[in-house]
Amino acid sequence: MLVLGIDTSCDDTSLALLRDDKTLLSNVVSSQVDLHRVFGGVVPEIASRKHIELIDGLYKETLKEGGISGSSVDGIGVTAGPGLIGSVLVGLCFAKGLALSLGKPLIAVNHIEAHAMSIFLEREVEFPFIALVVSGGHTIMLLIRGFGKYQVLGSTRDDAAGEAFDKIAKYLGIGYPGGKVIENLSAKGQRDYVAFPRPMIDEKNYDFSFSGLKTSMINYIKKHDITDDNLNDIMASFQEAAFDVLASKTIRAARDLEISRIVVGGGVASNGRLRQIFVERCREDDIEALFSSPEFCTDNGAMVARLAYQYYLEGTTSSLNAAGFSRMKIH
Amino acid sequence: MEKKEFTSKSPSETWDIGALIGEKAMRGELYAIYGDLGAGKTQLVKGIARGMGVEDWLYVVSPSFTLMNIYEGREMNLCHVDLYRVEGGENGDLNVEEFLDEGVVAVEWAERAVWWDGVIKVYIDSTGEEERKITIVRE
Repeated sequence: MLVLGIDTSCDDTSLALLRDDKTLLSNVVSSQVDLHRVFGGVVPEIASRKHIELIDGLYKETLKEGGISGSSVDGIGVTAGPGLIGSVLVGLCFAKGLALSLGKPLIAVNHIEAHAMSIFLEREVEFPFIALVVSGGHTIMLLIRGFGKYQVLGSTRDDAAGEAFDKIAKYLGIGYPGGKVIENLSAKGQRDYVAFPRPMIDEKNYDFSFSGLKTSMINYIKKHDITDDNLNDIMASFQEAAFDVLASKTIRAARDLEISRIVVGGGVASNGRLRQIFVERCREDDIEALFSSPEFCTDNGAMVARLAYQYYLEGTTSSLNAAGFSRMKIH
Repeated sequence: MEKKEFTSKSPSETWDIGALIGEKAMRGELYAIYGDLGAGKTQLVKGIARGMGVEDWLYVVSPSFTLMNIYEGREMNLCHVDLYRVEGGENGDLNVEEFLDEGVVAVEWAERAVWWDGVIKVYIDSTGEEERKITIVRE
């Protein structure tokens, strides 16, 4: 069975062709990084316009790489949200057009669930598990009992973790994408150089907050000279504070709910230090820490195809009226 | 011109000030919010949401990524806009004025757009590490 997956929820136009559950025939991601580096961030209107310009050509490229024609696709999976609504709608409308013209079912999926389940492209994971999806746009913790059976345990109350990284990097003018720049600088830095706060770390819930950490960082920058000598140390301390909270609260949720597996996905999950912290601390609690490969951590069409494949198998398809949405309901 | 000043000593005091705004907010009002990174613009909008009776006001998050989030209040909607990533003066594509029929619009990084007469301007100035001066100006 062949499923096409489409994701246009943020800056990348991504399409993939998946045969059954794990055989990826093609996985095309248009990185717009070159364009956006100029702006120091994602420029929304340019992003949605780019999606419109790129999607048809990338669809053809995806078919060509997969060596198949559109008519042999059995189902069309697409992200319906959450994300940048103008961008989401480009992918959703394109998918609806394909579904209509090819006469194949549309399967609209949730971008966050697709991130949480992207690991199934590479391996099976026993249910239940806790999924942490952490990226530039999202920081959300889910309890996953099966495909389509998930519950939001907590989320950020202000900034996404990756967003705080990007904003600090932009504030300091040290480059884009901020998360990657900060990871590289931090690798050479001393993690306890500055004692940044760990917002909400002790609160008895599974929510996060990163705007206070961002403000502490800005206050620190205003009061101290940032030089080539201390930049690495300051960045390492900032990154450590954010990751300490992410790991502590996710592991606490696993302990509280007596769940022995944690899956981390989303763009920030490709950060080497985040992986290290999770692996080390999970080991202490006899919890298994699992990660998608970096290529499936960033936004991609393959994860959408994987989730859509499962829904298709279970007979859950969407009507051509499926609506796009920008925000995920938390409760 | 009517000018009101508040002092906030913490993010939760900023919520309270936002809630005062939200309680009195009227359909069709646009709040243009000005303040540096980390000033507490999202915190103020969280408070406005609380004042407008948005049930999950605690989860009013930064819309830097999604550009715009819509929340359902008690009597009308709150449209939360963030122009942080918009630098090319492309706010015209957003058509925020369309949302004024449904309720209140609050715009973060308002300096990145040009506004019409009659918008309510809210300035958040850092006067200390935690302390903020919040000035509301109605022309």
